[in-house]
Amino acid sequence: MTADILRFALGYAQIALILALALACWRMLQGPRAQDRVLGLDTMYSIAMLLFLVIGMGNGNVFFFEGALVIAVLGFVTTVCAAKFLMRGEVIE
Amino acid sequence: MMHLEQLPTWAAIIIAVFVIVGSSLALLGAMGLVRLKSFYQRLHAPTLGYSYGTLLIILASMLMFSLLEGRAVVHELMIGIFIMVTTPITLLMLGRAALRRDRDRKLGHDEDVPPRNRPEPPAGTEAGDTQASDPEPDLPRRP
Repeated sequence: MTADILRFALGYAQIALILALALACWRMLQGPRAQDRVLGLDTMYSIAMLLFLVIGMGNGNVFFFEGALVIAVLGFVTTVCAAKFLMRGEVIE
Repeated sequence: MMHLEQLPTWAAIIIAVFVIVGSSLALLGAMGLVRLKSFYQRLHAPTLGYSYGTLLIILASMLMFSLLEGRAVVHELMIGIFIMVTTPITLLMLGRAALRRDRDRKLGHDEDVPPRNRPEPPAGTEAGDTQASDPEPDLPRRP
């Protein structure tokens, strides 16, 4: 009973997060301008981080947490670099 | 999946509600990212996933692993604090970059953005000179 509730919730969460990932990927591929693509990529990073956390909860494995942390840090650095490139035309001044 | 049977029922219900609501909010944010019209509206949509989605899923994960291991597992808070700190920075920089690009005539855009503020008068001019052509006469003037 307990495991069924959790299994349903984690399965639903994985399906919803994968759908959200697909929608953000559509925005990244379709986006009319460059900033839309950067925003879609940033959303994909955060949703992939949430997906790693949910999969780690489903497996009972703590090591997915490190993957989620790495994805969060890389997403931050990527988006800041892309935004600086869009603003100035160069990353390091 | 054997570890799922070890949790008490109240914890399972709380974890399930947190995970379902958090992932639904992330999905709503992504739908808003697809459906909204302007970039400045789309900038607001994924923050649902950033803030509430991350917060709820991290709380569920903390509760689950704390109960499984019999001690307080708080290292998920690191992700939460990191996301709370970095998301405003990234979205602010992205919004400013988009505004700068939209004001650039050469790039050809269809967004209506407010114009840039008029530059300050040069430092060498006297105060009396600028008062003669003050564009806002309703404001009280300095003596």
